[in-house]
Amino acid sequence: MHSLTASDAQIRPARASAGMSAISIRNLSKTYASGFQALKDITLEIRHGEIFALLGPNGAGKTTLINIVCGIVTPSAGSVRVGGHDIAAHYRAARAMIGLVPQELTTDAFETPPATMRLSRGLFGKAGNPAYIEKVLRQLSLWDKRNSRIVTLSGGMKRRLLIAKALAHEPQILFLDEPSAGVDVELRKDMWQLVRSLRASGVTIILTTHYIEEAEEMADRVGVINKGELIVVEDKVELMRKLGRKQLTLELREPLAAIPAALSGRGLALAADGRQLIYSYDTRSEGTGITDLLDAIRNAGVKFKDLQTTQSSLEDIFVGLLRQGS
Amino acid sequence: MNPTMNLYAVRAIYLYEMSRTARTLLQSVVSPVISTTLYFIVFGAAIGTRISQIDGVSYGAFIVPGLIMLTLLTQSVMNASFGIYFPRFVGTIYEILSAPVSSFEIVLGYVGAAATKSIVLGLIILATSDLFVPVRIAHPVWMVAFLVLTAVSASLFGFILGLWADSFEKLQVVPLLIITPLTFLGGTFYSTNILEEPWRTITLFDPIVYLISGFRWSFFNIAEVNVGLSLGVTLLFMAICLAIVWWFFKTGYRLKN
Repeated sequence: MHSLTASDAQIRPARASAGMSAISIRNLSKTYASGFQALKDITLEIRHGEIFALLGPNGAGKTTLINIVCGIVTPSAGSVRVGGHDIAAHYRAARAMIGLVPQELTTDAFETPPATMRLSRGLFGKAGNPAYIEKVLRQLSLWDKRNSRIVTLSGGMKRRLLIAKALAHEPQILFLDEPSAGVDVELRKDMWQLVRSLRASGVTIILTTHYIEEAEEMADRVGVINKGELIVVEDKVELMRKLGRKQLTLELREPLAAIPAALSGRGLALAADGRQLIYSYDTRSEGTGITDLLDAIRNAGVKFKDLQTTQSSLEDIFVGLLRQGS
Repeated sequence: MNPTMNLYAVRAIYLYEMSRTARTLLQSVVSPVISTTLYFIVFGAAIGTRISQIDGVSYGAFIVPGLIMLTLLTQSVMNASFGIYFPRFVGTIYEILSAPVSSFEIVLGYVGAAATKSIVLGLIILATSDLFVPVRIAHPVWMVAFLVLTAVSASLFGFILGLWADSFEKLQVVPLLIITPLTFLGGTFYSTNILEEPWRTITLFDPIVYLISGFRWSFFNIAEVNVGLSLGVTLLFMAICLAIVWWFFKTGYRLKN
């Protein structure tokens, strides 16, 4: 897959006015006819040009939130503005800005890729532009399949075609609902590259995923949603700094049967049959206490041959937040 | 994009639907033409020669408007219902619902395409009929008017069916169990005037009687019911269909959760 570049004038959308949120969601709730409350009083601002990852387990309300913003689901309460346009009162202006890549591989099986892209472009109020359609199809490595019926394409190709359709009208905001679902590792990395390139060209990207690795790799900011409630919205680096924990592991020369009395009360733990001494510390604290600890270990006569530190991943943080919530 | 009307969307839907016809040319065009030819062979040549004239019109010619209406109604309903049901079934409806398109524009695209297809078919059948019997058209403008009004009304009805149906079975059941029997009852192959009471009165509750009668009047200047009434019922049917479609989009019933 060829990457899109910022210098690619044809695919670069006009940046919306600075200072205004790309998407502004206020007190949004959704209760389905069955009585199931999918969203509970969500308030969220998506900034221009950022990659925002919406994380949450299955059924958390991610797709409902996207579908409301895109006009597919009607909200029960609250308001949404896209580029300053209310999605109900000024739906044309709001929707024209958005491209949606749905979670399901929903394509018209008997059409060709250019034909289905022409439909997408027309639906969003743009005149036909065969050169642009060719360009996007080439960039997504689908041009060779331009005469094939969609039904004959592989799953990965169909996923790329859905992206091509979403880009057909040159949107300023792109929703990617579980873009990596059922996608192999290579294609996933290609897709990440594509998303970065789009962001570089000014597109605001909102992606939902339950692959935490994906959010960790790409997102600028992260929102965690669970049971219809937005638990946290934070800059990814900040979130990992605030909620992340680090661990120092010392590989001992001689195994210990127990923690020496001189080291008790320092939050140490033995692992690997006494061959490892583990110290966990909070990255938010002013001092980590590592220098003191190493001095105390030396004074206690404990010798180590190696040491390493590890940091909790976004996944660890995510799981912790969900546990906290429940 | 025009702020008041998304004509690009109407055009895109229309062309996309028309391309489906081109792709399925055999079932869309050839099949109805073959069926009509067979009707002519059976009812026109085999049975028709044993039936005397009806209101001064040979039986073979008399059935031409009815046959065109039969195809027009069934094809309009089937094309329009399938056109909107298929995206709902496969899930591609998300794109239409998320596009800056009004419900009127969606209807214009889908119903316009379905009506166009059935009108073209109606004209092909008219031309085919002319190969079997000499067809004269007393009121060509009214013939076209009834053709277009019926095609649009039936396409609207089909569109409603496509929005309402939640299975292929439901999609098929209405044309097979309601439209086709009502069309046959409505005087496709006979004049409802020859029926005994109470059957004659019962047929007046069949809206298709008015469509066929008005259409037949445009050909032969003969009508089972008043032409003005035929036109009025056709327009009323269209208005009711439009109101139901508007309600579907207004409430999001079967479209939005």
